[in-house]
Amino acid sequence: MSVRQTATAVRGRYQPRISLWWWLTKPSYLLFVLRELSSVFIAWFIVFLLLFVRAVYQGEGQYERFLDFAANPFVVFVNLVALAFVLLHTVTWFVLTPQALPLHLRGRRVPGGLIIASQYVGWLVVSAFVFWLVVGW
Amino acid sequence: MRRRRPVEPLVWLLFSGGGVVTAILVPVLLVLLGLAFPLGWIDPPPYEHIHAVLGHWIARIVLLGLCVLGFVHWAHRFRYTLHEGLKLQRLDAQISLLCYGLALIGSVWAVYILLFTG
Repeated sequence: MSVRQTATAVRGRYQPRISLWWWLTKPSYLLFVLRELSSVFIAWFIVFLLLFVRAVYQGEGQYERFLDFAANPFVVFVNLVALAFVLLHTVTWFVLTPQALPLHLRGRRVPGGLIIASQYVGWLVVSAFVFWLVVGW
Repeated sequence: MRRRRPVEPLVWLLFSGGGVVTAILVPVLLVLLGLAFPLGWIDPPPYEHIHAVLGHWIARIVLLGLCVLGFVHWAHRFRYTLHEGLKLQRLDAQISLLCYGLALIGSVWAVYILLFTG
């Protein structure tokens, strides 16, 4: 039972007062909240991606219209902010992986740094492949 | 005390899957579609090329996985952001319904676009 659940179970007798702005009190808390908020920009990008795919399926005219929509300064700005959050997500996710999935080889624990480094290599390879596939060179 | 629901491990697995897939695929796609093409760093691909790539069944399946897992990832993380960040523990049922419900609607939309159009 966590501390919070204990506090809830005996509501009325013991209720720790935590400010709504607790996440501004320490840089590590702020980073945690920014990392959690990255999910909002991931959702935004998936919607953006689906609109792109739909436009391509609908025909050349719709594809051109989507490119105009994507070039709207406000949309570009949102995507720029989204990129910062998405990169934060990628980096923090890679850091967490060896902690969430400890890997063992021949009875020895694979060092976390090695797992993180191999993720970066995989990321690079997949990104290069997707770039080649989409752009064509 | 909040009862642990049996679906919780499955949702957590989908959340993790979404975390991995989005971490790897979203940056390059976002740079290309959101910045490089609109800002003219790189010429957008000719229509025939991109239509052929996105029309392939492998691309459809991969994108469907990215979209569905990405939506679930958002739902799970955003649920806990509201939960912890805004201290809305008492509204957990409503928040869960809203988040996973939106993820479900988004996933159905993704299935419709990727498997039933073009």
